[in-house]
Amino acid sequence: MELLDILASAPFWIAVLRVATPLVFGTLGVLLCERAGVLNLGIEGIMVAGAFGGWLAVYHGAPLWGGVAVAAAVGLAFGLLHGWLTVSLALSQHVAGLGVTMLATSLSYYAYRIGFASVSTPPTITPFAPMRWIEDVPLLGRVLGPVFGQESALTLLALGLVPVVAWVLYRTPLGLAVRMVGENPAAAEGQGIRVGAMRIGAIMAGSALMAVGGAFLTLSAFNAFFFNMINGRGWICVALVVFASWRPGRALAGALLFAAFDALQLRLQQSGASLPGLPPLPYQLYLMLPYVLSILALVLVARRATYPQALMKPYRKGER
Amino acid sequence: MRLEARSGVSRVAMLAAPIMAIVATLLICALLVRWAGAPVGRAYMLLLEGGFGSRFAWSETLTRATPLILTGLSVAVAFRARLFNIGAEGQLYLGALAAVAVGGQVDGAAAPWAQQLPTGLLFVLMVAAGMLAGALLLLGAAWLKTRLGVDEVVTTLLANFIVLLFVSMMLDGPMKDATAMGWPQSVPLVPELELSKLMARSRVHSGLLLAGALAVILWAVNRFTVFGLQMRAVGANARAAAFAGMPVRRVTMWAALLSGGLAGLAGVVEVAGRTSYLTLDISPGYGYAGVVIAMLAGLHPLGVVAASVFVAGVLVGADGMSRAVGVPNSIADVIVAVALLAMLVATMLTRYRIRFDAQGKAA
Amino acid sequence: MQVPILRLSNITKRFGQLTANDDISLELRRGEVLALLGENGAGKSTLVSILFGHYVADAGTVEVDGQLLPPGQPRAALAAGIGMVHQHFTLADNLSVLDNIMLGTQPLWHWRLERRAARDRVLALAERFGLAVRPQARVGELSVGERQRVEIVKALYRGARVLILDEPTAVLTPHESETLFATLAQLIAEGLSVIFISHKLDEVLRVSDRIAVLRGGRLVAQCAAAQTSKAELAELMVGRVVSMPERAARLDADGASEAPAVLALQKVGACGADGRALLREVSLQVRAGEIVGIAGVSGNGQAALAELTSGTLAAAEGHVTLAGKPMPARPRAWIEAGVARVPEDRHAVGVIGDLTVWENAASEQLGEPRFSRGGVIRRAAAQRFARELVARFDVRTAGIDVPARTMSGGNMQKLILGRALSVRGEGIVPLLVVASQPTWGLDIGAVAYVRARLLDAAQEGAAVLLISEDLDELHALADRIAVMHAGRLTEARPTAAWTLGELGLAMAGAGEGAHGAAGAGEVLHAA
Repeated sequence: MELLDILASAPFWIAVLRVATPLVFGTLGVLLCERAGVLNLGIEGIMVAGAFGGWLAVYHGAPLWGGVAVAAAVGLAFGLLHGWLTVSLALSQHVAGLGVTMLATSLSYYAYRIGFASVSTPPTITPFAPMRWIEDVPLLGRVLGPVFGQESALTLLALGLVPVVAWVLYRTPLGLAVRMVGENPAAAEGQGIRVGAMRIGAIMAGSALMAVGGAFLTLSAFNAFFFNMINGRGWICVALVVFASWRPGRALAGALLFAAFDALQLRLQQSGASLPGLPPLPYQLYLMLPYVLSILALVLVARRATYPQALMKPYRKGER
Repeated sequence: MRLEARSGVSRVAMLAAPIMAIVATLLICALLVRWAGAPVGRAYMLLLEGGFGSRFAWSETLTRATPLILTGLSVAVAFRARLFNIGAEGQLYLGALAAVAVGGQVDGAAAPWAQQLPTGLLFVLMVAAGMLAGALLLLGAAWLKTRLGVDEVVTTLLANFIVLLFVSMMLDGPMKDATAMGWPQSVPLVPELELSKLMARSRVHSGLLLAGALAVILWAVNRFTVFGLQMRAVGANARAAAFAGMPVRRVTMWAALLSGGLAGLAGVVEVAGRTSYLTLDISPGYGYAGVVIAMLAGLHPLGVVAASVFVAGVLVGADGMSRAVGVPNSIADVIVAVALLAMLVATMLTRYRIRFDAQGKAA
Repeated sequence: MQVPILRLSNITKRFGQLTANDDISLELRRGEVLALLGENGAGKSTLVSILFGHYVADAGTVEVDGQLLPPGQPRAALAAGIGMVHQHFTLADNLSVLDNIMLGTQPLWHWRLERRAARDRVLALAERFGLAVRPQARVGELSVGERQRVEIVKALYRGARVLILDEPTAVLTPHESETLFATLAQLIAEGLSVIFISHKLDEVLRVSDRIAVLRGGRLVAQCAAAQTSKAELAELMVGRVVSMPERAARLDADGASEAPAVLALQKVGACGADGRALLREVSLQVRAGEIVGIAGVSGNGQAALAELTSGTLAAAEGHVTLAGKPMPARPRAWIEAGVARVPEDRHAVGVIGDLTVWENAASEQLGEPRFSRGGVIRRAAAQRFARELVARFDVRTAGIDVPARTMSGGNMQKLILGRALSVRGEGIVPLLVVASQPTWGLDIGAVAYVRARLLDAAQEGAAVLLISEDLDELHALADRIAVMHAGRLTEARPTAAWTLGELGLAMAGAGEGAHGAAGAGEVLHAA
């Protein structure tokens, strides 16, 4: 059957991992922020800014990993802004997050227009090369080679970060402090933890991850920066975090599942699949799928979701 | 650094907040102008002139302000009821689509079923269809929130993308204008349904009056009616409102209908007043700008009118400025984003004082 | 003489206009239990919050064992050996007991949590002090008594030398309180010093060596427990002899049983949003003109009972009738039937802070012809109503046009009371009054006022259901008392027929009749 053929093919899984990579970065980023009790709706804009910043650095001669570092730095900067607004000033997390998205996006476009005012096609860079060396690894190379050999190092980084984030959250004192700050900040305060600093730190770290997720698109998946690149991936990550119950392992599973649907719809679209007797389905229906699935995911999990208890509640120290 | 609540909020402070925010915005964005290599003073003068400096400028600004007033009102109504409607963009497009579906031409004239109706009735139907489309879209998200506890921010945001794709699909397919040389645009409206121009040789249309009237009506509803009080109560403290016997779910639903309807109306008004047909780029983010406008206005309907004119002026002025001094016109978007954040901070400052403690601050 | 383990000198703290602590100087000697006694709002919690670093004092110093304590840093307080068991537990429900205790005790940047060592230490401490805790359990599943034990172990784990307990018995049954007192004795024997905050005179006399009395932010007296009496302490606490309104002539059970019941609950069962049973087979009758009191430790279903009789909670089983008619779970229905409801949480449920005073006053009856016509509010009428309400019920506010959140707690409560009692119209007595913890957190004057109005209502023929954790209040006002435990309600016996011992047993679930799943002596869950 055509479906099984698709699922068994290497190109399919190559696409899945490629589509999943920015989602993994982004979802881990949102996860870190929300575990600390803050909803970071700046993700869409931060991904744009990371995509632009990383690309710009490489365009001006930096090595690819330098571009990644610049993207992370951009993420840290916007994360600091978001943290200052939502933690220090205790502003509405919804509106402040949207403001950060709008700011990061518009600043990126502005900077692009200043630097590249009169170009008609976006200038390109040389992106990350696929990791062919994996195919040469003894034993594992045979199994993983066909798929992983075609992926870039950033994908490997994303996959590797999942257990790292999980370890940090569940097995280190720092992770425990972050979780406590998101569950009961008064309790954390009473144990000598600096709630504000912890939250801002988590937001910054999460935002750095988000930005790297955006940079993946310009430095690996594609090789240029263009408008509407992120196209709602940030919001999808926000939905995926709820779906993942704020657990890194589940976040990875969710991102892969999602990417699988996305890659599947692309294949189906390309092969001109349709319901019997009808003309081929419009491509827009296929493109709608990710967003519809995200809403569906939210609906499915909504009732049972065990939110970090202090999520969205600003903490004001010393207020009566 | 910590926040200390002020003992009272003065009226003066509340009125000064948006002004302080705008001043701060202009100062911050001056840096961006410098970065583009343009002289700051001249650039801002051009911005001001381009937006407000001539009859033409005003006509353009008011034309742009019309849909902004409506999306601003839409968001203000929703936010008052604690419904975070970020989907005004999608509701606008769906409203426009519905308007064209009802009032669009078929082979050069009105659709067969529509020809039997008097123009006035057809116009009302068109408006109603557009408002209903927007209303139902938001109602879906609101229903998910009240029944299943799904956060409406993400659902309304995602819905924007879905709607845009849907409109694109319609414009490529059933609603395509075959005579438009391949561009995805809809058939135009029947000419009788178009909104009349307010000023000769300009694009300002009577949609502006409609928007202004709605702002006044909404202000009156908020201040004088039971429903207005209930919306404010539910938005401020839904639990206490329920305890006092107010029908919280019903009020939230009506707020959603109203908010979505206003955004849908923005779409109708744009098609009927400005372009006459629907394209994919009919709205350069009016729905999102509505959020900024609502916040700048402090969620006050009359303030929305003022804030809309301001934002519209900035958008129009930036076009003119960019042509003259080579500052990318994306600066308008930056100004709008910074204005939002500045307004948030300014509003907070009316309620809290910032204290920098020398001793003993732990966070 | 040894340096006292703790010395507060000239502590002053202001919140805007309110002076919460006014030049307080106090000492805690080694190995003693010092009680901080005072009414609600006297400044006790503020003082210990300053000690612990949650607040920074405007003036004054704290010395621990002779060393100056840096202000405003819980870290410094913890390092100096001050541990605090807060009134509202500072525990994360979703984390384990061990995680809650371990937090912040290991270096932040260490690459792993040393859980095993911590667990062993916790168990050793538990053993030593006789505090049973389960390190792996999720805090959300623990009973209130267990949670308090975790809080104490948490403080001991960090090497506390001074333990502050803020109203620890507020959430415990009499039996659990006994256990706590035994623990205190053990703590003292092991060398700790304790500050015990309470407003309950019996406990304070029993447990403490010395007593410091706070009133209106000032330290008005310090004395040895052995040398003072309840009466003397009461007068010091309150500052004047206040005559508390009391039920003059009690309706005896026989006389009242002739009259038909206004409120009748028959084997009512109800569940919370998560499916947990909140009320089990509750049967109750309240007649016109009588006051029925519901006693019990918070968290046993009183909140559910109040919500049921306010129309915000549906009965899953059984019947709820008012004047013979079955009542739905819609607040509007109860309001229209003439029920005056005073909710437990005045800030979260009683008023809408952002709305004005007059809007709050009229909020329950906006649909009435006198307040609106055709959907338009009759402002003049509503504002007149509010003005009269404010005058009649002695509500102190800067005007009826200001946001309700600017009112103090006591005035907010008076506004709520006034609105509730006017539910059928000004001057017309309600059919039923449901008052849930109506005097909680109020100063003595407001308490007397609220009690007086409740008595008036009963006198004029209203049926009154009074839910209160204050046994003194129930004794003073109620004709009959029933006790709530683990969602079940005992029979409502005449007040005179209850002894304190019987009340205590019933509150702990060990009284008449089996009380189902919950074990005697343990409260199921925190409110």
